[in-house]
Amino acid sequence: MASLHALANPARFLRLARPLTPAFLLTGVLLTLFGCWAGLTQTPPDYLQGDSVRILYIHVPTAWLGMGGWSGIAVASLSYLVWRHPLARIAARAIALPGAVFAFLCLATGSIWGRPTWGTWWEWDGRLTSMLLLFFVYLAYMALARADADRGGDGRLPAIYGIAGTVLLPIIRYSVVWWNTLHQGESIGLTSSTIDSSMLWPLWFTLSGFTFLFAGIVLMRMRAMLARERREARMRRMAA
Amino acid sequence: MNQWLFVAAAYGLTLGATIALIGWSYVAMRTAERDNK
Repeated sequence: MASLHALANPARFLRLARPLTPAFLLTGVLLTLFGCWAGLTQTPPDYLQGDSVRILYIHVPTAWLGMGGWSGIAVASLSYLVWRHPLARIAARAIALPGAVFAFLCLATGSIWGRPTWGTWWEWDGRLTSMLLLFFVYLAYMALARADADRGGDGRLPAIYGIAGTVLLPIIRYSVVWWNTLHQGESIGLTSSTIDSSMLWPLWFTLSGFTFLFAGIVLMRMRAMLARERREARMRRMAA
Repeated sequence: MNQWLFVAAAYGLTLGATIALIGWSYVAMRTAERDNK
């Protein structure tokens, strides 16, 4: 916990973020490209779905980051409300856009996968609808955070919203258990999977690769926001 | 129905959007840090 508080110092954060940004991006690019190549060329087609199953290697990471992004917003929001670290507020705002983009990509790649597999682009089933709701919740968070910043708010309102939005995460997670509709049930767990290992292994590369890219994007956005806030504070001091 | 068309569309969209997001974030970061100097 002490190290987390130490990181909340902007100067210390920047000293760490500067070398980490290119390291995360480079690692992410290498892992993602290798995972995509392996998923497209090194695994067998599924006996039922054929080659469309290869969409798995990008669909699962986008779903993971769409939901993981909101978990990050919730943790940062809670940190901001409890300890008032300005970096926590910046981190939550920095996560929102990439989180929304990956939630959208999850919906889009799922829709593209659904057409040859289910015969439809969209179905109002529990998993798809709750993921669409998460995407809208992201958009509302970004609008709220922007409005709060524009009116000189202290960031508490977006932080409370960021925590409240976590109610969607278990709904998305268990939607395939609670409602037996079109989306397949849980096939990948932490300790076991119903997918054969000969088809599963590239997923670990794309999953970790996209996660590194996501982290690199968030660091770049935090650095940009921090630089803007410092500049504005300096200009306010000069004007006073 | 050629399944590879769907696969290519999904990969193209995801990789394209990720590259665009990285590029946009990078330009925003460089601009903000340069203006802050």
